[in-house]
Amino acid sequence: MSCCAADAAAAARPANLAVSKEELLLASRDLGDGLRQVDLAVPEMHCADCIRKVERGLAALPGVTHARVNLSTRRASVKWNGDVPPLIEALDGLGYAAHLFDADAEDGDPQLARLLRALAVAGFSAMNIMLLSVSVWSGADAGTRQAFYWISAVLALPALLYSGQVFFRSAWSALRHGRSNMDVPISIGVLLAFGMSVYDTYHNEAHAYFDAAISLLFFLLIGRVFDHMMRDKARQAVSGLVRLAPRGATVLRADGGRDYLPLAEIEPGMTLIVAAGDRVPVDGSVVAGVSELDCSVVSGESLPQPVGIGSELKAGMLNLTGGLTVKATARSSDSFLAEMVRLMEVAEGGKARYRQLADRAAQLYSPVIHATALLAFLGWLWATGDWHQSISIAIAVLIITCPCALGLAVPIVQVVAARRLFENGIMVKDGAAMERMAEIDTVAFDKTGTLTLGQLRLENGEAVDPFAAAMAATLAATSNHPVSRAIATHFGSRPSGLSFTKVSEIPGCGIEAEADDGAVYRLGRADWATSAASPGPEAGTVLGRDGSALARFTFRDDLRPDAATTINALRTDGLATLILSGDQPPAVANVAGELGIDDYAACVLPAGKLARVATLTAAGHKVLMVGDGLNDAPVLAAAHVSMAPATAADIGRNAADFVFLRSSLRAVPLAFSISREAGRLIRQNFGLAILYNLIALPIAIAGFVTPLIASLAMSLSSIVVVANALRLRADNAGRRDAAEKKAAAAPAVKRTAVAAPGAR
Amino acid sequence: MQSLVFLIPLAIVVGLVALGIFFWSIRSGQYEDLDGAAERILLDDEDDQ
Repeated sequence: MSCCAADAAAAARPANLAVSKEELLLASRDLGDGLRQVDLAVPEMHCADCIRKVERGLAALPGVTHARVNLSTRRASVKWNGDVPPLIEALDGLGYAAHLFDADAEDGDPQLARLLRALAVAGFSAMNIMLLSVSVWSGADAGTRQAFYWISAVLALPALLYSGQVFFRSAWSALRHGRSNMDVPISIGVLLAFGMSVYDTYHNEAHAYFDAAISLLFFLLIGRVFDHMMRDKARQAVSGLVRLAPRGATVLRADGGRDYLPLAEIEPGMTLIVAAGDRVPVDGSVVAGVSELDCSVVSGESLPQPVGIGSELKAGMLNLTGGLTVKATARSSDSFLAEMVRLMEVAEGGKARYRQLADRAAQLYSPVIHATALLAFLGWLWATGDWHQSISIAIAVLIITCPCALGLAVPIVQVVAARRLFENGIMVKDGAAMERMAEIDTVAFDKTGTLTLGQLRLENGEAVDPFAAAMAATLAATSNHPVSRAIATHFGSRPSGLSFTKVSEIPGCGIEAEADDGAVYRLGRADWATSAASPGPEAGTVLGRDGSALARFTFRDDLRPDAATTINALRTDGLATLILSGDQPPAVANVAGELGIDDYAACVLPAGKLARVATLTAAGHKVLMVGDGLNDAPVLAAAHVSMAPATAADIGRNAADFVFLRSSLRAVPLAFSISREAGRLIRQNFGLAILYNLIALPIAIAGFVTPLIASLAMSLSSIVVVANALRLRADNAGRRDAAEKKAAAAPAVKRTAVAAPGAR
Repeated sequence: MQSLVFLIPLAIVVGLVALGIFFWSIRSGQYEDLDGAAERILLDDEDDQ
């Protein structure tokens, strides 16, 4: 098989990808002349064969004039004329799940192009200046030396003006707000070095520092470009995930006609059609129809909830079985989703702004360096009375201590760490998130969709009579309801010896069919499938024959793979764990018991989750929140650091600092251990940079620094720091990971042995 | 000394040309799909449409 099949299985594949033509049209851009363009995310493309299949498959559709795949972003851009072609269906037929994504992620990336251009200009200048400097170092006569320095000055100017802006702007905005960051000493060092070199060239002095200043810019820009590319990749990967919120809704007009309107144009009082498989667009109440709703994203409840006329719906719930007519009770901007966004903003406003490690280091570093330079100047002035020599030495101190290594120490480690996380299917939004991740002492989990997969699985399959099981499987295969899918998946297709006719699905109740033995079979809600008096809500799903129960099925929401080992690994790392769930107490207690988590809370509202995390934070704990639902979004924003699975609701995903794409929960301890490892390497790099300064500073103060020494020392320290950062990939995190796996394996075996009887 | 008068400008001009080519390649979108470019070389009959 090709590479694609295996990878596709590894990626979390979300269900319910219904995208209507209207939604496609709404997401597309008008290019004029009836030409429209839309970008689709196709996450399962991996190789040249995929490119060809997708491009050809799309281009073959009627009306399509252009289809181009971008493999880096896993997107396909399609242009067409006239009617909307069945793009999603065509790709589905080829075996690729495709979906629309947030359109506000614009084409290309001006910031990256700007950084690349700055890097190119700095690289060009640095190379040519170095070429000239080498001849000066090998002993050019005074005339040639001055000529070479003038050429160097001319070459350095564009690099300083264009490439240097990246640092100058950031430094200026920090200074204006009365703060200091790493760019402040960099900017001061580079500008002073350039200024003094021009002055010395004019007076035909022996030393000029054009090479040091510009190669410093070049090295630092390399770090910036990598950093930006990494973050960009994470951002694109996250924005390319399935959008859970619908883009619009079908509105029923008074005259019976239907319009597909964008979400923003829906007013309270409008009548909306919510078909089976659609998400509820805005808050509303049901005026016609019965169905069952999957509320897991909204409230965290794992079992589908029956609804009928008069039921209140919240935006984001998924309609499972029957079509509903809903009267909107709120605008999109007043709906449940918007309420979550408001809570998120409040939570973010209340959170103390985290200051990045590099900036905190700069806060200490720059005053020390600037004071040292000043002291060197005063000392030399007092000792020799020579103004020019004193200034030269003071500037040499600034140049040699210019935090080249320090400037690279943090970003390069974070880039390497982010890459390692990326290889394991974890996206990190920025470097600061990793710094915060390394500090946590408590992990709070949401239950439905986070600790569990959010998919129902049959619990008592072995206890069911095989004949009944075969019939149930045959009936269930006709339906898309999560309960039916769970039954069908569990039993597969078995011959039941009966053939059914007139199979029909009754929304909100179940499946009804007539068998060739003349009996009517019903698979569904207990009080509907059997004629017995209402047996209570926990009775589960029942297969009935002419009103008498044949078999009873109970379901559970499966734990994510490795949930138990994950909790153990976190505990071994000394972290406290707790569950904050919106689901019913028995379901939460069940999961908590199975994972050995003592601290859990059920039926928690979004504000309640927020309050709990705020209490923990106030008590001095640093909390990692792992959650996926709309109801988790505020607490994801409020927690010290947060993580969400790729299947999470859109705003939750955007609020989270880390997003993991694979289904295994091992992403959580992995992200923690890599972040901690990165933190250790960053501190080591700071140590190396300080060591370098301790050696270089006395030489500079003593007045022995020539441009050659400055260039060598700075390049060498940068290389050491980069080499140290690269150690993250190969050895430390890998070895630690293996050790953790081994440690986690032993209790995991015990745990499955304990859990098995309960699961049967 | 004489050779420097044209060799150094020549070196800089060559550098500038390379810089210009790099700028052109950014503008024409050659850095937007690096993974795709690596794979597309394996397609034998690419029809740019």
